[in-house]
Amino acid sequence: MALLEVEDLAVTFARRGQRAVHAVDGVSFSVDAGEVVGLVGESGCGKSVTSLAIMGLLPKQPGLRVGGKAVFDGTDLLQLDDRSRRDIRGRDIAMIFQDPLSSLNPVIPIGLQVTEVLTRHRGMKGEAAAKEAAALLDRVGIPDPKRRLKEYPHQLSGGMRQRALIAMAVACQPRLLIADEPTTALDVTIQAQILELLKELVRDSGTALLMITHDLGVVAGMCDTVNVLYGGRVVETARRRPLFRQPRHPYTVGLLGSVPRLDAGRGEKLNPIPGSVRDLLPWPDGCAFAPRCARRVDECVGEPPELVHAHDGRSYRCVNPEPLPGMVPAPREEERA
Amino acid sequence: MFRFIVRRLLQLIPTLFGLSLLLFIWLRRLPGGPETAILGERGTPEMRAAIRRNMGLDEPILVQYGRFVRRLIKLDLGTSTSTKRAVTTEFIERFPGTVELTITAMIIAIGVGIPLGYLAARRRGRFLDHASVGGSLIGICIPVFFLGYVLKAIFSENLHWFPSSGRQDPTLGATRVTNFFVLDGLMTREWDAAADALWHLVLPSIALASIPLAIIVRITRASVLEVLNEDFVRTAEAKGLTEQTVRRRHVLRNAMLPVATSIGLLAGGLLSGAVLTETVFAFSGIGAFVAEAIGQRDYPVLMGFILIIAVVYVLVNLLVDLSYSFIDPRVRVR
Repeated sequence: MALLEVEDLAVTFARRGQRAVHAVDGVSFSVDAGEVVGLVGESGCGKSVTSLAIMGLLPKQPGLRVGGKAVFDGTDLLQLDDRSRRDIRGRDIAMIFQDPLSSLNPVIPIGLQVTEVLTRHRGMKGEAAAKEAAALLDRVGIPDPKRRLKEYPHQLSGGMRQRALIAMAVACQPRLLIADEPTTALDVTIQAQILELLKELVRDSGTALLMITHDLGVVAGMCDTVNVLYGGRVVETARRRPLFRQPRHPYTVGLLGSVPRLDAGRGEKLNPIPGSVRDLLPWPDGCAFAPRCARRVDECVGEPPELVHAHDGRSYRCVNPEPLPGMVPAPREEERA
Repeated sequence: MFRFIVRRLLQLIPTLFGLSLLLFIWLRRLPGGPETAILGERGTPEMRAAIRRNMGLDEPILVQYGRFVRRLIKLDLGTSTSTKRAVTTEFIERFPGTVELTITAMIIAIGVGIPLGYLAARRRGRFLDHASVGGSLIGICIPVFFLGYVLKAIFSENLHWFPSSGRQDPTLGATRVTNFFVLDGLMTREWDAAADALWHLVLPSIALASIPLAIIVRITRASVLEVLNEDFVRTAEAKGLTEQTVRRRHVLRNAMLPVATSIGLLAGGLLSGAVLTETVFAFSGIGAFVAEAIGQRDYPVLMGFILIIAVVYVLVNLLVDLSYSFIDPRVRVR
């Protein structure tokens, strides 16, 4: 059984006098124990809202409706009361956020921000907690951890801050780690280090990782399974290799086509996807990507396309998918995966 | 830290010097001098000139100022032209009452304002939020003296819960040590005297607290709302911390910075608001005395009063700056 099974997750923000916004519209995916799963899509596709909904961290506001299921190890997280949710957060499921500076409390030393997790979930206090916190900082590659514990976030560099946040997240050896664009706010060189660190932690501890990103480079380097999101829906799910080799959904094709490659031929231009994710749909239902889609046909506009489970283990939500070259059966990589 | 305090205190000297020079010249420029206040309409020009000469007011203004500064260095503020007593003596007698009133009002404003502002933010859009935001608007709009009269009419004249005027029941014959009546009562163990003085403080300090309270409620509310949306609060929630820990450690402490600033700025307004409150409640502090001094063109009293207010203001804001460094490590002073 999957460690986390998200089923038909829907998040709606309704405001009086305005059309309700379906930020997440029936998202389903699963994460197996120890697996690295990517949630990919451009800004506004609902990937962050999905992760916050799973964690129960969406800002409480009137008009917010969360539907569907998010079953973690047999319990539906969405049905839990506030207290049980707090017990799970930080202990069984931990999260790393995008901007390490604003994600750390500026007026509290790093040490306390690490030990408070230990105190809350592992009952550690005083000397023992401080020792464990130093060990955690050391483990995420922060030099001179004893001194760093006394320092404040503004005294650390961007990479150090993200390392400190990772230390807080892995403090209780969670079974699932959700990383919401953990490298977006960092320099490229630091990005690589942080990704390497995450990979290492996941490999050593067997923690499952849900990686939320818009960066296909990150996906290519880390994820076992990839879910491509568009307009609040999962439009394609596949293992990494088949996805990169033969994307089926036109949006995935477009995403891959808009990534600059060093091995591209001279004069080969990038192929950006026309339009923007925020383009309003002129129809109430149907495929959200249709207005920007090169392979659009009439059926795209009527009803939301069904999820097609292909025989090769992948699934996509498209009535007119990219044909496989020569329509050959599953490529060999997938059989291994 | 120590050097910071010393530097700030040294900065006080040029501030006071400039302020006193400005005031000195400005006060003497006001139409009508003490001689008019003493003689009234019927004084002849000769009599006026005689009084002015007597007080040294006929000399060049800089000479007068030099004399003032020489005396000030010896902490002598001169003699009041209306009561003929040393200004310092008058102040020692009257200032404690005002300070008592101001501190009580500040305690009310902070003690009620911060929790109320916090709760309003947490219950945003619900009844308590609307009530406190609306109430604070009323609190800002209502003049202190009007609120004073209303409180007096309801709670002392109708309900007889609180005394309507004065600082203490004179029939108690309380011992005076510092002229802080509550403190005196505690020091001499005259508990009834202390309680009575405190009882007399209730209505005036509520009236005086109304405006700062309203401002603190609003600033706290806005500041908490802002902090609640900060990423680090989300991080704290993601760690699964209890609501109490998130609230105390992560929200409140960060929300206190703007509140601390406003408290420093409000302190000055409180001292001048005390003047009105004291008049309404016949509370014998410095306020009524100074109000009188303005009519009497009592230059030494006015100079002394304004300089002391300035010193208090600078000291309070120094305290506020120091409190920053406890709240926020990013502005920690060296």
